[in-house]
Amino acid sequence: MIYSPGRIVDYTQPPPLVEGKSIATLIDESIAVQIDRRPSKKYLAALLVTLTMVLIGAIAVGYTFVYGIGMWGNNVPVGWAFDITNFVFWIGIGHAGTLISAILFLFRQQWRTGIARFAEAMTIFAVICAGLFPIIHLGRPWFAAYIFPYPNQHGIWVNFNSPLIWDVFAVSTYFTVSLIFWYIGLMPDFGTLRERTTNAVKKVVYSILSLGWRFSTRHWQHYEKTYVILAGLATPLVLSVHSVVSFDFAVSVIPGWHTTIFPPYFVAGAIFSGMAMVLAVLIIVRKVFDLEYLITMDHMDKMAKVILATSLMVTYAYLMEPFMAWYSGKSTEWYVVMNRAFGYYAIAFWVMIVCNVFLPQLFWFRKIRRSIPALFIISVLVNVGMWLERYVIIVTSLSRDYLPSSWGVYSPTIFDVGILIGSFGLFFTLILLFSKSLPVISISEIKSIVKGAQPSYRMGEDHE
Amino acid sequence: MNDEKLYGLTALFDSPDKIVLATRAVVKEGYKAFDIYTPYPVHGVDRGMRLKQSRIGLVTLIFGLMGVALALLLTWWTNSVNYPLIIGGKPFWALPAYIPVTFELSVLFGAVFTILGLLVIFFGFPQNVHPLHGTDFMKRVSSDRFGICIEAVDPKFDSKRTADFLQTLGSEKIEPIYYSLLESPGVGTILNRKFLLSLLFVAAVSSGLTYLTLNKLLFLHPWISLAEQIKVLPESRSTFYVDGFAMRQPVQGTVARGHMPYAFVGNMKGAEKFMINPLTPTKQVMELGRRDFNAYCSPCHGYFGDGDSRLQGQFPNPPSLHSDALRQASDGHFFHVITEGFRNVMPSYDQQIPEEERWAIIWYIRALQRAKHAKETDVP
Repeated sequence: MIYSPGRIVDYTQPPPLVEGKSIATLIDESIAVQIDRRPSKKYLAALLVTLTMVLIGAIAVGYTFVYGIGMWGNNVPVGWAFDITNFVFWIGIGHAGTLISAILFLFRQQWRTGIARFAEAMTIFAVICAGLFPIIHLGRPWFAAYIFPYPNQHGIWVNFNSPLIWDVFAVSTYFTVSLIFWYIGLMPDFGTLRERTTNAVKKVVYSILSLGWRFSTRHWQHYEKTYVILAGLATPLVLSVHSVVSFDFAVSVIPGWHTTIFPPYFVAGAIFSGMAMVLAVLIIVRKVFDLEYLITMDHMDKMAKVILATSLMVTYAYLMEPFMAWYSGKSTEWYVVMNRAFGYYAIAFWVMIVCNVFLPQLFWFRKIRRSIPALFIISVLVNVGMWLERYVIIVTSLSRDYLPSSWGVYSPTIFDVGILIGSFGLFFTLILLFSKSLPVISISEIKSIVKGAQPSYRMGEDHE
Repeated sequence: MNDEKLYGLTALFDSPDKIVLATRAVVKEGYKAFDIYTPYPVHGVDRGMRLKQSRIGLVTLIFGLMGVALALLLTWWTNSVNYPLIIGGKPFWALPAYIPVTFELSVLFGAVFTILGLLVIFFGFPQNVHPLHGTDFMKRVSSDRFGICIEAVDPKFDSKRTADFLQTLGSEKIEPIYYSLLESPGVGTILNRKFLLSLLFVAAVSSGLTYLTLNKLLFLHPWISLAEQIKVLPESRSTFYVDGFAMRQPVQGTVARGHMPYAFVGNMKGAEKFMINPLTPTKQVMELGRRDFNAYCSPCHGYFGDGDSRLQGQFPNPPSLHSDALRQASDGHFFHVITEGFRNVMPSYDQQIPEEERWAIIWYIRALQRAKHAKETDVP
């Protein structure tokens, strides 16, 4: 059954996950062709753009390291601004990847197969971008090692009571586990590439990376079990990571931060923005690499539904925040709510509300969920909204805390903006390099879900 | 072919149904040393092979719990034993605050060791010298075919009979796999000259880079920005103040902390008349006086105040302390002389001997004077 919007759809059956071609060798070819083909002019042009962005970021970071954090707009009440906003934003982007690769795997959502590899890669790249920001914010990044508990000549230890230390543990564990999860998924594909390639250098590289994988069932059996275990470990991990990030705020006593709704609110927001980022990037990738029959409209539709669901959760949190501020009866809390909506940063707040609350409601309509331009525009705007959400939370609360004499406002400098541009450049550079050098879709997984890939119910007694 | 040995017989099949049926047949026939190769996990094959449940979960459990134990030990030992520190009014052993770290470490250990266990212990990886690698069979099963390999080590294996048996299963291609004994990794390879040279090269480059980093790079700006501070170092000139000194003179009349200015500067008469020794001649005071007298006074005055200097004429000898005039002089006189010096010959000891110790010295001088002029009645 070829699934197309025009026809009457049989909703009792799940739609096919791969449309049209389904022969294993064709899958091999269509995924591996990107790796074997020389980069096109378009690809090099895209790389040039992203590398220029990286260069802008590198210059801004260089200025920061030589002349200090004073190059930024940060000041005394607003000690955290763009840097921590970007950190939380990028960590959030990563969360969709783990949701797709681990949580949807545990729920046996087979449609994840087409997009899981890419989303996992995005997780890793996003965490790399995120991890850079706290280190840059140190000003003297070579002292970053002090946050690890190692016996040192100072004779002291890190403060395990501090959410910032929890952050270090959470983010580094998240990165490590995501990386090995990704690598384990890639191993069989490296085996396939190793057997396919005729290039001697590639053969050596793929042999090393595949570790000698040989598709044995005795291996597959342990492999599948391990995959389930890792998914089981990654699922609570991903929930813990953004919860711990939210503790950075919730554990403090700053008005507008000191609230118990933050952990679930941050996790929902993270999946919301991450899914939007995956969607936006996949729309480009499937077009550029001709993978429309592997990453289908159904995938887009389902991702749009996830975005809609998480948007509603975020909306609930947006409503709960002012309610709790009012219900607590604390004037400072209520002041922060009013200040966010009508104060110096009101524009950021209202753009955030429009992008995160109202725009995703369009996904109630099937037509919009299946329109590529609409999906792309909304998913980009959702990311704008989610970036602003972190900005609003961090900057408005810090600029107006308990003591009116120490109020102040923050406005970014060119170096703040430069580092933000640089982080986007780094993210997209890594995505481009990944999509040209590794299989962007899991070859072995996608083969296992095409029609006729698994034995029939009667076990072949009357096949064909 | 002496150096080639038969590894096994392979057979390719073109559908998952066929491979499941073939697996069952192979098991039924009684083969043990065989394996099924599929481009993706085909459900039913593992059950057909009668494989036991994978035990990999045990590895995760053990190392996950180890992560928990390690995290609890680390947080407990660092924060309550090695360097106890009260933070935020919490107890030294603040379990709720340690839960995030404990959780993360259990996941980290569980995941990392599961993968290591899977790859190294369960799979025996990395293993890039396997007879099946690089064969046409491996090329097909890595892509779109399903294969069986019955190994030659199986007791039931017989090249002719096994090949016939595989044929009956409906295989589309049957192929024997050989492996070269020469290709298997030998002992000599580690002493390969190229390998040793490359090791030497890596060692030279890495030690050179380490040397440059630790001895040169880290002493460049901005890594030393903490050492470069805007301050005047010893033996250097201030460019800020006109007089070139970095340190400012205190305001006139400033009194140093803990210092009582001397009331009788240049006024010996006053000192003799008004000053009284505030100490009582206890054993400690006499002991202190003796120590200080021997340290500061005896080089010139002699150990017993006789004016017999140990300086052997390098400095004029002072008069004896046992003259009548000095025996009758008041304590204030001695104090004034110690504080201000005497006739440009004895210097001031104001900076060297604290006030209290000066009085102790005076008690000791009195003791010396009395000892030199002891009467019959002084003997108990």
